[in-house]
Amino acid sequence: MADKVLMKGNEAIAEAAIRAGCLHYFGYPITPQTEVAAYMAKRMPKIGGTFLQAESEISAINMVYGVSSAGKRVMTSSSSPGVSLKQEGISYLAGSDLPALIVNVQRGGPGLGGIQPSQSDYFQATKGGGHGDYHLIVLTPASVQEMADLTQLAFDLADKYRMPAMLLADGTMGQMMEPVELPEPGTVKQVEKPWAVTGTKMEREHNIVNSLYLVPEELEKTNIERYERYKIIEENEARWEEYMMDDAEYCVVAFGIAARVSKNAVVAARKEGIKVGMIRPITIWPFPKKPIAKAADQVKAFISVELSMGQMIEDIRLAADCKKPVDLCNRVGGMIPSPEQVLESIKKAAGGNK
Amino acid sequence: MTTQLLIAGFGGQGVLFAGKFIAYNGLLEGRQLSWLPSYGPEMRGGTANCSVILSDEPVGSPIVSNPDVLIAMNLPSLDKYEDAVVPGGMIFVDSTLIERKVKRDDVKVFYVPSTRLANEIGLPTLANMIMVGKFIKESGAVSKDNVEAALKKVVSARHADLFDANFKAIDTGYNFAE
Repeated sequence: MADKVLMKGNEAIAEAAIRAGCLHYFGYPITPQTEVAAYMAKRMPKIGGTFLQAESEISAINMVYGVSSAGKRVMTSSSSPGVSLKQEGISYLAGSDLPALIVNVQRGGPGLGGIQPSQSDYFQATKGGGHGDYHLIVLTPASVQEMADLTQLAFDLADKYRMPAMLLADGTMGQMMEPVELPEPGTVKQVEKPWAVTGTKMEREHNIVNSLYLVPEELEKTNIERYERYKIIEENEARWEEYMMDDAEYCVVAFGIAARVSKNAVVAARKEGIKVGMIRPITIWPFPKKPIAKAADQVKAFISVELSMGQMIEDIRLAADCKKPVDLCNRVGGMIPSPEQVLESIKKAAGGNK
Repeated sequence: MTTQLLIAGFGGQGVLFAGKFIAYNGLLEGRQLSWLPSYGPEMRGGTANCSVILSDEPVGSPIVSNPDVLIAMNLPSLDKYEDAVVPGGMIFVDSTLIERKVKRDDVKVFYVPSTRLANEIGLPTLANMIMVGKFIKESGAVSKDNVEAALKKVVSARHADLFDANFKAIDTGYNFAE
């Protein structure tokens, strides 16, 4: 490991991707993720990679489809409105079992919305977004270090399970600088991709990358097989961090910037004698159901802290099997809850009786 | 120890750069830190600010709403953030551009005519670093030992000629006595 450097979250994504062996980037500028593209524009030509600013987000995602078909690591990045435009291509990637990384540095919506941070693309990221039965592996960084680490993990998981992965960040994570430690370049081992369309050299059968199945029996089979794979992923790849949960009577659930803010509130509540802890999902698909289910038998209530009108709260309720109440503590439209607001929500859940 | 710092001013005054320089000092001291800019549709002449947190423990929220230290480079920034500073905190005021006094009496205030000083030493764009020099001297949040190394990190190779200028500005602020 090299020395720690100071980087913006967006730059950490770009550098981590390059070090993970991604030499192909296609994108279109949009605040607050433009630094990803800017960094790629500067670096890619120097290392024999491809940076291409497409004419639109739709073109960019289809270029990603092309490179992924050839078996190379590839990514695109955008922010909320741009990621909406990419949904058709993401569904095609999923339907063709192609690995790729899509980065969404979220901003407030719906519509053109604003440019300040948000987490209101949770549903879009975890429940489809495009058409058809499919999932993305969705990783949610809560520090600049995780912007780098989870970018690399996203490439590995995408390749391992042959499916697109999404890094779901927000404007704060993209714009902030923190010390980050990056792995030495060239230390990443990539998997073989015998399915890639790289030319047969007249030595093997043609590989076909495609999402069109006009015979319903065949299409049904691909869907069922894909969901068998999803089941394995749900079993093995859920990731989360627990904070002060051992004796917790109340449980905050938050990811990304909301988790950073909530941590301050948990510390403050503990000082006031309220036994509260936090579960921070690092993947939101697969959602960390097990720790939530376990906590449902331990705590008196959950508090979902989100920069949305309440999207993750549905997954918490499902995972908790409605055993305990789940309160919502939120701000939207580019606003971020303050630690004081989260503390108030914790106190309200505790009902005054510590 | 944790220091929550807010630097605010007009876009173009170098408040983000000043914050970045202080953040690098923290990095060189091996401390935990975060740097978060405001990133609205800002432009030269608009308002800009950045939150810097230096701590011995992992940083929670990177957003500074109640700073221990406020560096106010213009009047709108002082008007907006004066009341947010924690009691016992510090406010650094560019007294060339801000004519009024700080109203609070429960904070330590340093009036530095940094814009005038910057003009006097022939570095009119470096009032920000003069304030940083004074901040280093009075706050104790970062030591003076790493100034040179931190400057090398933030002044890009392309602008290496500006290294000495920045150093001089920091020195001017550090040695300024009211």
